[in-house]
Amino acid sequence: MNEIIADVLVVGGGMAAGWAAISAAKTGARVVLADKGFMGTSGVTAPAGPNHWWVPPEAELRKAAVERRLESAFGLADPVWMERIIDITWQSIPEIAPWYPFSGDGKGGTFRAGLRGPEYLRALRQYATKLGVTILDQHPVLELLARQDGSIGGVAGYDRLNDRPWNARTGAVILATGGCAFRSGLLGSHNNTGDGYLMGVEAGAELSGMEFCISYSISPLWLSTRTLPYTGARYFNAEGQLLSIPGWDKPRDYLCKLADAFRAGPVYADLHEAPAGLPAVVREIQPATVAAFERRGLDMFQDRFEVKLFGEGTIRGIGGLRIVNDVCATSVPGLFAAGDAATREHIAGATSGGGAQNAAWALSSGVLSGTGAAHEAKKRRKTLDRSEKLKPLGGAGLRPSGAVKAVDRKAAIQTAQKETLDLDKALWRNETGLKSSASLLDKAWSEIRTSLHGEKLETVSARETAAMVATARWCNASALVRKESRGMHVREDYPQQNPDYQSRIITGGLDRITPYLEKLRTTEAVS
Amino acid sequence: MITEILPDRCNSCNACVVVCPDHVLDMAKDGQLPVIARPDQCQTCFLCELYCSEDAIYVAVDVPRSELKNDPLGNIRRDYGWDGHEEDPLKNFWQLGGLLREGVMISSARHALQQSDDKESEKKI
Ligand SMILES: Cc1cc2nc3c(=O)[nH]c(=O)nc-3n(C[C@H](O)[C@H](O)[C@H](O)COP(=O)(O)OP(=O)(O)OC[C@H]3O[C@@H](n4cnc5c(N)ncnc54)[C@H](O)[C@@H]3O)c2cc1C
Repeated sequence: MNEIIADVLVVGGGMAAGWAAISAAKTGARVVLADKGFMGTSGVTAPAGPNHWWVPPEAELRKAAVERRLESAFGLADPVWMERIIDITWQSIPEIAPWYPFSGDGKGGTFRAGLRGPEYLRALRQYATKLGVTILDQHPVLELLARQDGSIGGVAGYDRLNDRPWNARTGAVILATGGCAFRSGLLGSHNNTGDGYLMGVEAGAELSGMEFCISYSISPLWLSTRTLPYTGARYFNAEGQLLSIPGWDKPRDYLCKLADAFRAGPVYADLHEAPAGLPAVVREIQPATVAAFERRGLDMFQDRFEVKLFGEGTIRGIGGLRIVNDVCATSVPGLFAAGDAATREHIAGATSGGGAQNAAWALSSGVLSGTGAAHEAKKRRKTLDRSEKLKPLGGAGLRPSGAVKAVDRKAAIQTAQKETLDLDKALWRNETGLKSSASLLDKAWSEIRTSLHGEKLETVSARETAAMVATARWCNASALVRKESRGMHVREDYPQQNPDYQSRIITGGLDRITPYLEKLRTTEAVS
Repeated sequence: MITEILPDRCNSCNACVVVCPDHVLDMAKDGQLPVIARPDQCQTCFLCELYCSEDAIYVAVDVPRSELKNDPLGNIRRDYGWDGHEEDPLKNFWQLGGLLREGVMISSARHALQQSDDKESEKKI
């Protein structure tokens, strides 16, 4: 088996991974980036075109931007983090100019806030390569490897194109594996199955904010696309009656009204009242959205089409690996997290950082984790090549606790999807529903943990299945513990926001999930 | 879903195999075509087409290409401007945010109107 040696190993191939690799390489570290797919097409950044939180370095403007977002963060965000993220984003994007075809902003300047996905990732790839980063495409990481002292010293994975296992010995590891949308079909999310959460928790890391995973995007029934064209859409029921659906400026009302409509039957949309300037430029801004209609023989601005809400889970939800310092370290030495794989509560609190914050977070947490991991790796450099035996940490899907048996993976994934994304369950949570979900998910987990095993290439999907079910359990368990309504998390049985819960829900654990409210834990420790 | 690799165009460079984020394809062997081995994993992102310099791969959206009035083969690369025909492929990209907000205003204005209409009709009753 070929063993790779690196100071920093970045897991993932989206924008967070790209920026992490770049920032680590700038310090002179030897960096390897391993992606499940191809760095350039995989992840949700690639088919999208993220707009970043973009505020010029003027004190007044920045203060106002932070204040505005604090208002919608429901008390869980931190202004210091926000300022840091805005600043890193502002400084970083111009660096990719040699590789990205920046164009005008319509006012005689250069437009830098938003970047089209394929070109963005191509630029990050070229920049990283120039800095000496080794990129391993089609190299999904399956598990972390620990040193004797419990710190993370490597990874093991599978090389899909050559059909063979691989592993790496490294000074530090950054998990930039994206969020998890439970294979809802959400554009670009097929690889984002929560692998990083599972690997992190197996190593002893914690998760935070997993209850904040209530986010959906509207698209044609047959294919999730970017959503720009639909902001002005009109919605109809099967009888052709125009429905009364609030605008996107009221995200909760919009979702609830649509959910009501879906409960009654199929929902259709048309774009007759879309912004007048849209048809002329949509093909340039989002070519794939146009293809979704054109290749089905539809005229997107004329024809009425059936729609669906695609679950976004923790992608445009908030939760992820808990980070414990300002270089995005997890609580496990040598392990860092960035992008959607890390919790975004620091800047977005209990609401999705939609429309700008998410990309800025992915970029800056990437940059921060890159410097943090490189620094950590430096300390390990002398001992890196030594043949200390590394302990593989992967459990479910790799090393079943009982006899190997056939497990219905499709059914397990469906359970994870249904219990987290089903609109009625997600939008109106309550104790009874959450408990019933917990027992279904526990059952699916226990079957996977005991019996699931994949051979060769199949190890990848076995791990993905395990990670999705595990993620669903963490989301559900966190939602049970947050006995209040806050931001995107709404409990029917606790409809009010409660000041006692103005704190993060931390969770972890595998066979037994252990969620707790961060603040209470501290009080306990003190008393 | 990836449905076609066109034998008369494909040069077996395997670019599509490498760039597919979801490992749908297996490598072409001995000058043959890449194999669409795992179509169920295709997420219809069209990005294999973007990286195919020969426009030799086609991602269908439920309907076969032959049934469409205008053949979309090559459209993805052209629309993204990766075929080199467009010098400034992102000249309108700045409009994204403004158009998005305009759409939101349209739908919230419509909803406000619908609500006041509802109130009006309630009054009449
Ligand atoms: C349709 C859509 C539109 C959006 N628009 C905006 C916007 O306008 N503004 C904004 O701020 N945000 C937006 N977002 C959110 C934003 O795109 C994300 O927050 C950001 O792209 C996340 O980057 P990431 O690198 O963390 O994740 P991703 O880009 O999803 O990358 C995750 C990577 O991890 C890899 N991976 C997963 N598991 C493994 C494994 N086991 N081994 C190796 N690699 C693995 C995947 O292959 C992938 O390359 C949007 C999201 C969606 C879905």
